[in-house]
Amino acid sequence: MKKQSKSIIAAAVLIGLLIPSTMTACGFENTGTGSLGWFFDVIVQLSAGMWASLELFFLTLIFSMPLGLLVCFMRRSRIKIVGIIATIYISIMRGTPLMLQLLVVYFGPYFLFKTPLSTEYRFYAAIIGFSLNYAAYFAEIYRSGIQSVPQGQYEAAKVLGYTHSQTFMKIIFPQMIRNILPAVTNEIITLVKDTSLAFAIAFVEMFTLAKQISAADSNIMPLFVAGLFYYIFNAVVSSTMRIIENKLDYTKR
Amino acid sequence: MKLLEINNIKKSFGDLEVLKDISVSVEEGEVVSILGPSGSGKSTLLRCATMLETMDAGTLSYCGEEAVRDVDGRSVYASKHDIKRIMNYFGLVFQNFNLFPHYTVMKNVTDAPIHTQKRDKAEVEQEAKALLDQMGIGDKLDYYPCQLSGGQQQRVAIARALAMNPKILFFDEPTSALDPELTSEILKVLRLLASEKMTMVIVTHEIEFARNVSDRVVFMDDGYIVEQGRPEDVIDNPENERVKAFLNKLSK
Repeated sequence: MKKQSKSIIAAAVLIGLLIPSTMTACGFENTGTGSLGWFFDVIVQLSAGMWASLELFFLTLIFSMPLGLLVCFMRRSRIKIVGIIATIYISIMRGTPLMLQLLVVYFGPYFLFKTPLSTEYRFYAAIIGFSLNYAAYFAEIYRSGIQSVPQGQYEAAKVLGYTHSQTFMKIIFPQMIRNILPAVTNEIITLVKDTSLAFAIAFVEMFTLAKQISAADSNIMPLFVAGLFYYIFNAVVSSTMRIIENKLDYTKR
Repeated sequence: MKLLEINNIKKSFGDLEVLKDISVSVEEGEVVSILGPSGSGKSTLLRCATMLETMDAGTLSYCGEEAVRDVDGRSVYASKHDIKRIMNYFGLVFQNFNLFPHYTVMKNVTDAPIHTQKRDKAEVEQEAKALLDQMGIGDKLDYYPCQLSGGQQQRVAIARALAMNPKILFFDEPTSALDPELTSEILKVLRLLASEKMTMVIVTHEIEFARNVSDRVVFMDDGYIVEQGRPEDVIDNPENERVKAFLNKLSK
């Protein structure tokens, strides 16, 4: 498993190095569009964009994962109205395009309260939009994880005198986490790629940059490089998640 | 002293009346087996007694303390606080063990006494080691449940229940998830506990098992107790026709 992910990363890096050298070999010039120098310039520019993508990615994860747990609890609440609110929330977040949600979060305050649109708010709007959307998906993943823990675990906990919160924290939560990891990995990988949707509110992240450079220089290479960036980052994400999965898997000890 | 006393318990699931009118009590040190065909209500009786299921009518008390009293023919439960205290009087061993898969054997046994009974960690661990030794799995302390056989898992589950120092221990078909070979492992443990005067109530399908360990056999059918007494009387010379029919079917 580990070997596999290592070789994927190695392959990706190799391809990244090979592309420019093949290009020179194929007769591309050394200056101007398409040259080696231009190519490294593209990589440097995209790396700066990647930083913005990563910020968006990590902040979204940090906010959406706990928020998802809250939504999940609301959905499972015994108070009917709370459950209904959570269900409606999830259905809207999953039922409408993320891009539309980003636009609503970004332009909503302007149309509703006539607050001026600032550049800083762009970044916050992206984080808020992504977090609200991903929380809905995480909530459903958590719910499936909680449901996958057998009823007998609750009964054993009850007979042994655990309180409700002890039962959740000590017995249910650890088993739930282990059960949902593959689904969470899926969601995280989707998020890595979804960060590119932030272009909808003109938030400059890596993919937006790649498109701009590609259009300005009439060259498709920046888009390929962007793809490679995503691919490498996702390879890192999935191998990290695999390590965590193996660590938490109490059936493999 | 009566450790467990159940009077006139009734329980329905929707239209299905599972327990019709059952009264049973268990004396200190007694080992009682509950026998009966599938659907006779024996598991439901046990689940009502351990408060995993709420009863519709009737009373339930442990060591003279009322957990469920009768008000105008309906069951009324004691306060949460009282129930929590009363639940310490008994332990339950499940049919499919229900061990915590993410805890080691040791933690499965010690976690509840430490965190729900707030007992001293070192003392609990020492006791747990002794218990697991007694169960013949003293060398498996750091194993996870999935690494153990069914019989070993069930013995951990018994140790886990005993670590809470219950006055009475319930078993819900403790051997029906096990091979016949492993069944004898559990039987041995139950005999050992019986010799130490542990009060036990065992719901089981296995006649031989009941005959071997119990002081008294209670035979249930269709939501009623149809016969009870010493195992040699109920199993070998049953008076009730339904008991005879059930035993006949099994011996064929």
